[in-house]
Amino acid sequence: MSLQIKPILVALRRHKAGTLLIAVQIALTLAIVCNALFIIHQRLATLSERSGVDEANVFVIANQWAVDWTTQQIDAQVRADMLALRQLPGVRNAAPSTGYPLQGGGWDNFITMTPDQIKPTTDSAVYMGDEHLLDTLGLRLVAGRNFHSDEVLVMGTQQALVPPQVIVSKALAHRLFPDGSALGKSFYAMAASPSTIIGIVDPLHRQGASPWDKLHAGQSLIWPARPDDARGVFYIVRAKPGQLAAAMREAPKALYAQSRLRIIDPKDGIQDYAQIRHRVFDSDRGMAILMGIISAVLLAITAAGIVGLTSFWVGQRRKQIGIRRALGATRGDILGYFLTENLLIGIGGVLAGVVLAFGINLWMVSQFETARLSLAYVASGVVLLLLLGQGAVLAPAVRASHVSPVEATRSV
Amino acid sequence: MFAYYLELALRSLKRSPGLTVLMVLAIGFGVAASMTTYSVFRAVSGDPIPWKSAQLFVPQIDNWGPKNGTDDGEPPNAMDYLDATTLMRDHRAKRQSAMYQISPSVVPAQAGKHPLNVTGHAVYSEFFPMLDVPFLYGNGWSAQDDAQRAAVAVISSKLNEKLFGNVDSVGRTVNIEGRDYRVVGVLDHWNPQPRFYDVTNTGGFSENVEDVFLPFERAISVGLPNNGNTNCNATPKESGFVGLQHSECVWIAYMAELDDAAAVTAYRQYLDAYAKNQQKAGRFGWAPNNRLRNLPDYLEQQQVVPRDTKVSLLVALGLLLVCLVNTVGLLLAKFLRRSGEIGVRRALGAPRKAIYLQFLTEAGMVGAAGGVLGLLLTGVGVASVGLVLPKSISDLARLDLSLLAITLLVAVLATLLAGLYPTFRASRVQPAWQLKSN
Repeated sequence: MSLQIKPILVALRRHKAGTLLIAVQIALTLAIVCNALFIIHQRLATLSERSGVDEANVFVIANQWAVDWTTQQIDAQVRADMLALRQLPGVRNAAPSTGYPLQGGGWDNFITMTPDQIKPTTDSAVYMGDEHLLDTLGLRLVAGRNFHSDEVLVMGTQQALVPPQVIVSKALAHRLFPDGSALGKSFYAMAASPSTIIGIVDPLHRQGASPWDKLHAGQSLIWPARPDDARGVFYIVRAKPGQLAAAMREAPKALYAQSRLRIIDPKDGIQDYAQIRHRVFDSDRGMAILMGIISAVLLAITAAGIVGLTSFWVGQRRKQIGIRRALGATRGDILGYFLTENLLIGIGGVLAGVVLAFGINLWMVSQFETARLSLAYVASGVVLLLLLGQGAVLAPAVRASHVSPVEATRSV
Repeated sequence: MFAYYLELALRSLKRSPGLTVLMVLAIGFGVAASMTTYSVFRAVSGDPIPWKSAQLFVPQIDNWGPKNGTDDGEPPNAMDYLDATTLMRDHRAKRQSAMYQISPSVVPAQAGKHPLNVTGHAVYSEFFPMLDVPFLYGNGWSAQDDAQRAAVAVISSKLNEKLFGNVDSVGRTVNIEGRDYRVVGVLDHWNPQPRFYDVTNTGGFSENVEDVFLPFERAISVGLPNNGNTNCNATPKESGFVGLQHSECVWIAYMAELDDAAAVTAYRQYLDAYAKNQQKAGRFGWAPNNRLRNLPDYLEQQQVVPRDTKVSLLVALGLLLVCLVNTVGLLLAKFLRRSGEIGVRRALGAPRKAIYLQFLTEAGMVGAAGGVLGLLLTGVGVASVGLVLPKSISDLARLDLSLLAITLLVAVLATLLAGLYPTFRASRVQPAWQLKSN
């Protein structure tokens, strides 16, 4: 099959507008689809971020108080609640906390290496919990030790408290002490007194998933304190394997049996990690779906456009095709002609599209602080669109190859 | 003549149903995607109080200086207790209010009912007239109530219904966080989006309707803690809610009403003088770094419109553009296929104008059909936008008459625009050449 590019180019020159329109359409589609796929990729990466939590078995109760209690009263109630929860047959462990991974926004502190440092070294999410928190969340301790029960302080409402011990995530340990010597070292978390690293867990997601959190991904710390906050406390509960549903049913009953002077929102006061994940990544998942739909519609419309225009060309050139066939061109030659023609237009389109894709991405980086488009995405977009073009042109091209040489003798 | 063109167009469209359906689908999908994302964009970028937003200002005072962890030089987007209460005491604007988010428990009077947890704000009396808050019953409280730290409350119609049934409850008592408050006003479904008076705590959008408003100084005096964001550049030296009030942590939103440019200039000078005084007193180790933006500018600066919403709209507009390029190509093919017919018409004396009218009518018909399909798909899109967007935002997207009108208009105009070049080409067909070659 000898493909002659020159006659094709000559023929295309007679269809300048149509050729240009297909090329422009391919270029725009490539540029948009590349950026959309890139957004999808980023969002899917976010959706699959690891929390470090034993998500299959952990649930969270947002426990608020119905009365104005003192810190002492709250502390007694929290301890009693914990005992009651841990005694439930389906529950492995329970701990009070100021927040939990993937909560969707919460508490973070700047970290400095000296108390009078002006520019902070970095930022860390802050959790407060007792010696049961590590096991309750199911965190993996990779170095050092857990808190002892006598290290756990009592923290009242909005109390400024800086415990001398701290457990940090591996990401934070590595950020502060890249040489791996974090254990036993100290730092300052917006406090006059230092906290010494006694343990390292890996991983431990921050509460939030915002751009600020992404900038400090995985950097978290746990301080040993029971948060006896008048505004409410999160109770983290870890069920025994397979008993999550039962434990979620029994836990509020056990708490109300302890005291009725509490508010657990009947709608969303108790959530397992499937719900928590769903809530925090709501917009990321939605964006990925939306971009997916738009990309699919774009590709379908571009393909349909190519089919439509090529069909028109085939119809217009039936006589010429007939003449070529009569002069000895095989069906393969005709098929090859249209496939090559489309490939040439496609290559022109994707060349412009690649430039446009990077242009759009650069503009988005400057406007929305998105990430830089990776070359792999553009490359796969180029292949995708060229294949799409060839696929779309196939049906009209086959129809063209079936034009009989007799057509050459007909006047229309 | 127009009826004749309509008939011609219809006949032509029927002759190649595949191509026609393809064009209608492209226009329909392109318009629907754009309009659906636009409905969301319109909802989140709307002015929540258009008749007054130019007179509402958000003062920001830099009480952190260079030790704020950011590089953009912007002061914090909320105030600490000292600055907020000083500004309230000085009372330099026509109306103003400091406010902070609260989340108290409310105990229903009826025995056996569970306590409820509600959210709301502690505000000053001028909050209600300043923001034109609508009341179903009663009114806000007075400046005297502010000063006397009166136990009064304004509640939402929703909470009113829950506690008292659907009656005028002004004068009745509601138990908030263990203390009795007299209801002075019941709001009439007030849930502005974006939640412009407290962007700090909502990021702009919130599904929760605010249920209770209490006098600011009353809430402070009974120690009703702040339930919103608290941002600190250093850990407070003292503990508890009182410790927070003595700290440089920012947790109070502030809004002032300034009627004209002179008032704005005067207020700006006042803020700078205040900051300069603080610098002299040694509290601020830096020159005054204040901001006084009106509401639209403030919402813009706080990036209340989610980036995803803007990106979605742009991508959808890109889709519409591709659909239009597609339509140009298909119309071109369709029109030029009829070169013979055009040649005959021209030879029989039809002027170019007639050709223009005939083919633009045809393009317009495709546009109208695409618009109708686009309307249906936009309806589906707006209804199902909740599947892909957070509830706080998707709830705001609405399909109303203006959106319907825009959808149809965009579809028809876009298609006419797309039809211009193909029609131009059709009108240039040489009658003699066409007649000869056939």
